[in-house]
Amino acid sequence: MSKIRVVHYINQFYGGIGGEEKADYKPEVRTEVVGPGLALTQNFGDEAEIVATIICGDSYFNENTDEALSTILKMVEEHKPDLFIAGPAFNAGRYGMACGAVCKAINEKGIKTVTAMYEENPGLDSFKKDTYILPTGNSAASMRKAAPALAKFAIKLAKGEMTGSADTEGYFPRGIRKNVFVEQRGSTRAVNMLLNKINGKKFTTEYAMPTFDNVEPGKAIKDLSKAKIAIVTSGGIVPKNNPDKVESSSASKYGSYDFTGMNDLTSETFETAHGGYDPVYANDDSDRVVPVDVLRQLEKDGVIGSLHNIFYSTTGNGTSVANSKAFASEFTQDLLSAGVDAVILTST
Amino acid sequence: MVKEIERSGIPVVHICTVVPISLTVGANRIVPAIAIPHPLGDADLSKEDEYKVRMNIVKKSLEALTIDVTEQTVFEL
Repeated sequence: MSKIRVVHYINQFYGGIGGEEKADYKPEVRTEVVGPGLALTQNFGDEAEIVATIICGDSYFNENTDEALSTILKMVEEHKPDLFIAGPAFNAGRYGMACGAVCKAINEKGIKTVTAMYEENPGLDSFKKDTYILPTGNSAASMRKAAPALAKFAIKLAKGEMTGSADTEGYFPRGIRKNVFVEQRGSTRAVNMLLNKINGKKFTTEYAMPTFDNVEPGKAIKDLSKAKIAIVTSGGIVPKNNPDKVESSSASKYGSYDFTGMNDLTSETFETAHGGYDPVYANDDSDRVVPVDVLRQLEKDGVIGSLHNIFYSTTGNGTSVANSKAFASEFTQDLLSAGVDAVILTST
Repeated sequence: MVKEIERSGIPVVHICTVVPISLTVGANRIVPAIAIPHPLGDADLSKEDEYKVRMNIVKKSLEALTIDVTEQTVFEL
């Protein structure tokens, strides 16, 4: 039997093109195995081979999604793969979004797709219905575990042997229900579940209720000219030299920075601590992320009542949901006691 | 962070470049930005034009805060 033909998608970093300064790299196709593809290949044995690797910058993809997708689709179709693998993306948000979106588009062309990422990657919630997504750790350090799992899963998928449930096959549940024959009928299973529940024993539901954590939109501001506005950012803007040592990724803290009397953030006073995007632009002029200059003008012109003189900043790069929640719940107390009426939150 | 702040009742407008992420995260008022490394700026423009671009996005965001929404809403420029 001939080998399963695989096309592999990776970002500019894993493609060896460069870091954030190359994140605007346009899609390129190479008829060779690159970066994490080597680890996949080692685990394919004789069953599959990567016939082409597509490399695309994370920022380019997310800023030009339609264009990038159409280019990538053409590249993939030229190589007639049996299977398409993207990533693993670990906890890189833009990479995860790209992997998910590419898999979705290729799936729609009738080619099987799989990607892998960390459970908090925004690509998971956005695309888990559209493609198989395997769990990984939150950083490339988990590649050694991720690559064999992904390779094994990919071969099974290509052979049409992916028949078990998400739990048994080891991918994130996609919300797809299948009809299967089981030994006990529904009423028996339901009563058993109930008895287990009453007795405080473990039980597994067959239909998990979705958990919605939507927050009701805050009420509209009636009169902007009386409103106090605060700025919050996940773009990592900090005073020069980062006095609080906010981490460049996976932040464990945030900073509160008083800019009373300042009308402008300059390259002498502020910079970014964020390690997930090219820092050149924000270091040159931090107003590009925390727009103090225009908000001061609007305050002066009476368009807004006042600007809260402290901004709150962390790096949103790989930072856990739990940490982000904790940061915000803490500084929201400050916002409330300072009488802030509305928040502008900027993300890079 | 968007949700945690808004949970307190303070309305939040999220200015971001990758709108799908903002939708997934659960922001209710979203204003699309220019680019990932410079959401509110553009180094290719003159300082004056860049300032105007930033002003437009901020004004749009403030306007979004004055509009009642019942579901996630993207306010295009």
